[in-house]
Amino acid sequence: MRIKLALPLLLIFAGAKPLLAQDIDTLLNEQKPKKEYVTASFKSTRIIMTHSIEMLKPGILDFRILHRFGNVNSGAGEFFGLDQATIRLGLDYGISNNFTIGIGRGNYRKELDGFLKYRLIQQATGIGASPISLVLAGGTTLQTAKWVGAPKDESFSNRLGYYGQILAGRKFSENLTLQLTPTIVHRNLVPIGDPNDMYALGAGGRIKLSHRVSFNVDYYMVFNKDKSIKTYNPLSIGFDIETGGHVFQLHLTNAIGMNERAFITETTNRWSKGDIQFGFNISRAFQVKKRKF
Amino acid sequence: MNRQKKSWLLVAFLMSAGMLCQAQDKYFTKTGKISFYSITSLENVEAVNKTAGAILDAKTGSVQFAALMKGFEFKKALMQEHFNENYIESDQYPKAEFRGSIINNADVNYAKDGTYPVKVKGQLTLHGTSKEVEAPGTLQIQGGKVDVSSTFTVLVSDFKISIPSIVKDKINNNVKVVVEAHLDPLKM
Repeated sequence: MRIKLALPLLLIFAGAKPLLAQDIDTLLNEQKPKKEYVTASFKSTRIIMTHSIEMLKPGILDFRILHRFGNVNSGAGEFFGLDQATIRLGLDYGISNNFTIGIGRGNYRKELDGFLKYRLIQQATGIGASPISLVLAGGTTLQTAKWVGAPKDESFSNRLGYYGQILAGRKFSENLTLQLTPTIVHRNLVPIGDPNDMYALGAGGRIKLSHRVSFNVDYYMVFNKDKSIKTYNPLSIGFDIETGGHVFQLHLTNAIGMNERAFITETTNRWSKGDIQFGFNISRAFQVKKRKF
Repeated sequence: MNRQKKSWLLVAFLMSAGMLCQAQDKYFTKTGKISFYSITSLENVEAVNKTAGAILDAKTGSVQFAALMKGFEFKKALMQEHFNENYIESDQYPKAEFRGSIINNADVNYAKDGTYPVKVKGQLTLHGTSKEVEAPGTLQIQGGKVDVSSTFTVLVSDFKISIPSIVKDKINNNVKVVVEAHLDPLKM
């Protein structure tokens, strides 16, 4: 009788082990499943030329210096392009998690540009998940250089251009993000026979090589190019290197100009001819507005 | 009912009664506060997590904490992003956990209001690596609730988190951790 009682008792005691061993996990897992946003798709708010799905956090001011040398095939006399340089200085600011604005000025055509970028959907997992991020970007460009062309055409509105883009991107894994960017560029004044509205499809992405380095590719397929000059699709490839508050984007490109109006409509350089330029973008983020906890 | 069955019933009754009594000896919270600080002359890194879970078993002195890494908030948004992406790799290791016990639990009278100094020892698991940690702390019993507080230091390198040489002077390998939790009795 004693043995018969002892064994089951033992089993009961064994079963009634302290619940504490599993409690902390069950306690936390009891919390309702929530939406988890996917972050850090790109190291920077530009893939190389193109706006990326990455938004600036609120209160962050991003100072961007874009520097591009001349064509490598311009020979030793031009020190393989290092003697020439085009620059764009810009400031981007995060107003809210989903709204970024920016202004800039490039020395190519002394062109001012400004843009608004609004995120409609952020990629997320969990409740209400979304497989992609969807961002709307639009901007205006203004050539401020001395007017070159028929004097009768000189007017403020003729110096203006506009662009609109839909950025659709997805972070497939920790190491791979891809983005498609259908774009329309409108130029108020164009030579006769050239389209005022140019359509392009951007395709780009990044492959993360380490915690702080990624390999980026940025390409536009331009559909209805100008007839007055021979232009080609811009392609940039390079590396993003992140060091704390800075992101350096070292790249090679055939693109002319550093805003959407310029590099989509004016790229007369060809990779196949060696019209390649070395460039580097420096992005430095400052937290200017304190975060509330 | 034969005698054997009666004995079983008695045992079952005692067991369940016993378990019910045990329930009041557990305290828990889902809003524990864990902060950490890395102080250097160039830059300070500090973050706070206000949604840490904690369970304390008054009978055995067993203590458990768990916190989601993505729950740590920083003053600088970029710092938070880098913390998650580059250092703690929170997509791979989403939680930090501590499982241990109060060494001098017998010195604590949970029924009597007061402040009791304690020593806690256990395993801290961070970034997928576990390390034995011993820390001093304080237990404050008030009105049937338990306030836990503790401050201790950990070495970042102990948890396979590498600080690249480029930011070596901005991130201290010695990180101060402060735990503050107000625990309520766990009702079963």
